[in-house]
Amino acid sequence: MSRLIRTLVLALLVCGPISVGTAQDLSGDNMRSLDGQVQEIKSDVLNIASELSNLEERLLYPSGTQIAVFVSIVENEQFRLDAVKIEINGELATHHIYSFNELEALQKGGVQRIYTGNIPSGDHQLGVTMIGKLKNGTDFNTSDNFLIAKGVKPKALGVTLSRPQSGNTGIQVGDW
Amino acid sequence: MFRAPLSLTGLVLVACLATSPSRSDELKDLYFGEALYYAHQGDFFAALERLDTEVKQHDGLDEPDLDSLYFHIDDAHFSLGDFELRYRMHHRAGRAIRAVLEGAVDELVRNDAAYRLARIHFQKGQMEDAMRALERIDGRVPEAIRDDIEFLRANIYLAQGQPADSVVVLKRLQDSDGYGGFAAYNLGIAYLQDGQRQAALQQLERAGQIATSDPAELAIRDKSNLVLGTALLEAGEYDQAIPFLDRVRLDGPFSNQALLSSGWANLSIENLERAVVPWSILAEREVTDRATQEAMLALPYAYGKLNIHGRAAVHYGQALDSFSAEVEKLNTSIESIRAGKFLEALIREEIRKDKDWVIRLRSLPETPETYYLMELLASHDFQTGLQNFLDLADLRRKLVAWQASFDSFDDMVAIRHNHYEPLLPEVDTQFRGLDSRLRLRIEQHKMLVRRRDDLLTTPRPEFLATRGEQAVLKRLEQIEVQAQSPGSAVSESMATRIKRLKGLLTWTLETEYHERFTQFDRNLRGLDAAMAVVQEQYDEYVRTRQAATHSYVGYEKPISRLRAHVSNSIENVDLLMARQGNQLEVVAVEELLARRSHLENYGDKARFALADSYDRATQAQAKIGERK
Repeated sequence: MSRLIRTLVLALLVCGPISVGTAQDLSGDNMRSLDGQVQEIKSDVLNIASELSNLEERLLYPSGTQIAVFVSIVENEQFRLDAVKIEINGELATHHIYSFNELEALQKGGVQRIYTGNIPSGDHQLGVTMIGKLKNGTDFNTSDNFLIAKGVKPKALGVTLSRPQSGNTGIQVGDW
Repeated sequence: MFRAPLSLTGLVLVACLATSPSRSDELKDLYFGEALYYAHQGDFFAALERLDTEVKQHDGLDEPDLDSLYFHIDDAHFSLGDFELRYRMHHRAGRAIRAVLEGAVDELVRNDAAYRLARIHFQKGQMEDAMRALERIDGRVPEAIRDDIEFLRANIYLAQGQPADSVVVLKRLQDSDGYGGFAAYNLGIAYLQDGQRQAALQQLERAGQIATSDPAELAIRDKSNLVLGTALLEAGEYDQAIPFLDRVRLDGPFSNQALLSSGWANLSIENLERAVVPWSILAEREVTDRATQEAMLALPYAYGKLNIHGRAAVHYGQALDSFSAEVEKLNTSIESIRAGKFLEALIREEIRKDKDWVIRLRSLPETPETYYLMELLASHDFQTGLQNFLDLADLRRKLVAWQASFDSFDDMVAIRHNHYEPLLPEVDTQFRGLDSRLRLRIEQHKMLVRRRDDLLTTPRPEFLATRGEQAVLKRLEQIEVQAQSPGSAVSESMATRIKRLKGLLTWTLETEYHERFTQFDRNLRGLDAAMAVVQEQYDEYVRTRQAATHSYVGYEKPISRLRAHVSNSIENVDLLMARQGNQLEVVAVEELLARRSHLENYGDKARFALADSYDRATQAQAKIGERK
């Protein structure tokens, strides 16, 4: 029995994956064929998503009035961003609380589109509030206001955030 | 013998081929940054959707060098391929990277693309294509991927059955920062494949002693020791196998197999007490594990060999109970899968928020089927099928949400239509009146501008005469004509007076010309500003008027096309989900049936051995009684 069981053990150890593989091989070809079809449907759905985004943009945010606000973090900044609030002409446009993944994505160089909306052409007031925690554990809540000019074309604004310091709110806004 | 190491090699590759988009120091295109934002969160669908749209727009521009994506376009094409690869769209990923390869790009970029293409082919099991892609690498290579290229090359050689070539490459990678432990292990496997057993054993021994605290390298160290111990065990070199098997960490992923083999190695050299130790540990572990089930039989077998038949009988009895319970559990699992509960559990969103969701499946009380499917869940084909099923479920959720939004779009368009349609005819009528007046003024303004420009080159003082002066000049000219007609009563003194008056007027026009021209220019500039304001208001009106029309006209066709497209896609997704789900269920049920058959076989053995142990225990008791 010893020899029998040992052989069995070795078969399980060395060829264990093969027994699993046998079951898989029965359907392996079908799975690969399905994989190709899944890739095609993904491609289709991506095209739909793209068309739908364009349609939505045309319908909801015409270029003459469109404003989009993007948020990014300065590279190598050691602070935790908890939330950002955007106000346009004193009215709340959006407020976003960051998850760990979102914060990490910003720290790695990603840019978040935090708000898309409509404003008439002319000058407007943009208010940005940043809430977070410094590396030393101190909470901070800092705000800044910016004058922005909306023209005929869609307006894209980049809000760049960094650690607030004395005399510097850590919030910069620029046209893109 | 070589099969297990090869399958293990595959695991090493999967662990090492992952890369991530790097932070772009000087991001100049927000939309590319937005795609990266989603990619960094693992949402490759959203990342692809944004980047694909952005790249298509960029490619369609007449002057792409004026577009902000121009600065990242190579990176964007790369990322597109990378995201497609991560979203398991190998066909499109290959095309995207091939496009980079065939474009006029820098040597570094081209070589990076060639590597990525090779990686795609490797993952698809197309080894010759993978090697051909690597052969396109020529000249400067990005520092960050040098070792990646060589490691991939070594693994392609291994997969192609060219272990000797793999050995050469892997030897060069032994000091690699990123691949040290993996390259050491794979070198041992390459030696084994090449028939260089002694070199393989020495190499695996080295790989099994690597000093590291990295969890992945610790796992590969355990794997090296396990493979080495197994190779020696299989060759009958039991004494030598034991130390290597004992080096495998007790809390590592290969611990169960190592404990099992260690027990058999000890038993084989008649070191029965030592065999009992690892098996006793193992027999207490998760009962669904193959090694544990094996140990539950092996442990009482060892007690029997030690003539402790009573304890052997107890353990055989426990094993029999466990196997029966497990067979029951498997029956329930098979029924549960056939009832569709397995797939239901897989697509539960709250489970998949955890990156170890596959592991967590095991702890769900309502999904008993997953207990026995961990190996299956970890296998490549099943993983592909499973991921496809999950991706399809995600696509379905998206499509259903979009489908619902079309009704809102229709409502929105209808509301705008109902609002604007009654207003616009009246507005248009008013506008047409204003428009013709404005056009007249614009023409007048243009004429004045032309006159000013003419006066700059050809001064014409009479053009700047006032209305009164113009009237006086006209009257004087009429009198002059009358004076020259035959029989005129105009006296000579009168003619002289007319000349004097005309001269006086000409003097005034000539001497005041510059002053008048300056004033004329100043007035015209004032008019320019006023005209500019009017033009701006006019343009603003035209834009607003166009926007009003564009807000509800021209949406019917795209919305209805998209609605049909989405509806068709949902049907296709449903069909594919059903087929993919069925495949998964069939494979899962097959696996569970195999495991059940295995357990039933073990149960028979345990039953027989239990009876035998009772007999022997009874006989031993009888002998003791006889002796007494």
